[in-house]
Amino acid sequence: MSPRLVPGGTDRVRRRDRPIRLTVDGEPVSGVDGQTIAGVLLAAGRTAWRTDPAGEPRGVFCGIGACFDCVVTVGAERDVRACRRRARDGDEVRTQARAEDR
Amino acid sequence: MTRVVIVGAGPAGLAAADAALRAGAGVSLLDAAEQPGGQYHRMLPAAFRAELPDKIQHGRRAFDRRRRRVLDHPRCTWLPETSVWSLELRDGEPPLVHALRGVADGADRESVTLVPDALVLATGAHDRVLPFPGWTLPGVFTAGAAQALAKGERLAVGENVVVSGTGPFLLPVAASLSQVDARVLAVFEANQPRTVLRGWTRDAGELVPHLKKAGELAGYAAGQLRQRVPYRMGRAVVEARGDGRVEEVVVARLRADWSIIPGTGRTLAADAVCVGHGFTAQLELPVAAGCDLAGDAVLVDAGQRTSRPGVFAAGEITGIAGAPSAVDSGTVAGWLAAGGDPARITGALRRRDRGRAFGRRLARAHPIGGGWTGWLRPDTVICRCEAVDHACLNRALAAPVTAGARSVKLATRAGLGPCQGRICGPAVAELSAAAGAEVARPHHRPIAQPIRLGELANLRTEENP
Ligand SMILES: Cc1cc2nc3c(=O)[nH]c(=O)nc-3n(C[C@H](O)[C@@H](O)[C@H](O)COP(=O)(O)OP(=O)(O)OC[C@H]3O[C@@H](n4cnc5c(N)ncnc54)[C@H](O)[C@@H]3O)c2cc1C
Ligand code: FES
Repeated sequence: MSPRLVPGGTDRVRRRDRPIRLTVDGEPVSGVDGQTIAGVLLAAGRTAWRTDPAGEPRGVFCGIGACFDCVVTVGAERDVRACRRRARDGDEVRTQARAEDR
Repeated sequence: MTRVVIVGAGPAGLAAADAALRAGAGVSLLDAAEQPGGQYHRMLPAAFRAELPDKIQHGRRAFDRRRRRVLDHPRCTWLPETSVWSLELRDGEPPLVHALRGVADGADRESVTLVPDALVLATGAHDRVLPFPGWTLPGVFTAGAAQALAKGERLAVGENVVVSGTGPFLLPVAASLSQVDARVLAVFEANQPRTVLRGWTRDAGELVPHLKKAGELAGYAAGQLRQRVPYRMGRAVVEARGDGRVEEVVVARLRADWSIIPGTGRTLAADAVCVGHGFTAQLELPVAAGCDLAGDAVLVDAGQRTSRPGVFAAGEITGIAGAPSAVDSGTVAGWLAAGGDPARITGALRRRDRGRAFGRRLARAHPIGGGWTGWLRPDTVICRCEAVDHACLNRALAAPVTAGARSVKLATRAGLGPCQGRICGPAVAELSAAAGAEVARPHHRPIAQPIRLGELANLRTEENP
């Protein structure tokens, strides 16, 4: 039981998806061109990818860039809001733990 | 030629641009997003190459026409993926607008500065969500997040989803979830039918012109009934539980003040819960511009002028009243910012007034009951960023040394995390007020959007691109 993308083939808006591949902490994850990084992670069955200062898991909350719960590292860029950043083919995404900044 | 700079290309900002262009001004329209439309007219990403994008959008025609008219206009400069991070005050003139252009939170965005003759702020709102036990568990989303992912990415946040909170917005959220094949188990409206009915029908004379909006709501409701999604009033999700993610929620019956009626809690298995208790206006830019506020909104006069010279405001930041009202206040703001004659927009002014009345009724029909604080437990997180719990906040509020708004922040770090109190601010304010402590001035954020130190250090600025 998890979030999922409406399959392109049956979607009533008739998408013509182009697959993309990223890595998340080194593991390959596939997505669809146009998805946000949060969308890719959720559709891949991950609901959490960060730990908060108390060590608890976090993922998407507000979905529009207001809460900063969803931040990831993309390549060399830290603290990128996954709900606002479009995923690009080849993105190397790393998850973050808030406690490690301390 | 008057140069009107408009921040935000949602329903309000786009209408403002349209009106300002009609009035003969040059327009720079900025939005942090890649496409115009804001929260309401959220467009599918171009990369999805959808053949029938209109299948999931209603009222799209008028929007598409306006979008094309504005973006293709020779006097309009459209700046997508452009986030305003600060406003620089000037004497007697609207502030300079500093923005960064490039992918969201990217490290090498281009910095631009715009020099407006008139500035229209239309930055919209984000969901307001009250804290409750378990609300930090993955699988708890704001209602807006569920909507954004469904409408903007064709993604269902879960398979068995519960929608809870207050306000008519919960219905389109449920409808969008169904459209991406999620099973919506129920929609819970915290307010009693009596509160909602009275709020909508008081001063019923005002209601008539808004039959269209009401009809739209009824349409949603009917759609819900057809899809057999139960709509339950006087109930709320008061707890989410699960091991590392949502597995079940506790739904309780509430009194009119939102306190829980003891013994009414029932558990419901769900893998996602979408919660919205209304909206919080994104006021950081108006506050940075020095605009006076009226409660939770920017104070504006009949011409959408703020208290600062040359600065106008429109849409949800001037009062939560939905997308149609945002269009009307945007039209007024854009037209007058461009120096247009008010006598030529009497229709928009009248519709704008009705929109304001609609907003007042919306607030009356879907108030937040003070009893929600009773849902909290000592270990319930209040500030999500810093994981500050209720007990910690209460200790700071009770201690005479730390009870001032600033000291509570410093002692607990509530509101000092990356979101700068956007999410917990209203809840902390309400809990502080309830404890008789001083309430922090909200929305004061020196930096409206994150900027990297590197970017700050080498700002090479391009003016009025
Ligand atoms: C997540 C979410 C989903 C919603 N979905 C719906 C819906 O489906 N149906 C409905 O009736 N209502 C919806 N609403 C309610 C919404 O508020 C609408 O009433 C309407 O979109 C408001 O119009 P607006 O122009 O005032 O603001 P918005 O539509 O919110 O537009 C504001 C725009 O300003 C931009 N912006 C903000 N700050 C900056 C900055 N610093 N720099 C650059 N750009 C900036 C944003 O990117 C955004 O595009 C939703 C609200 C939210 C928060
Ligand atoms: S989910 Fe809130 S910022 Fe991304």
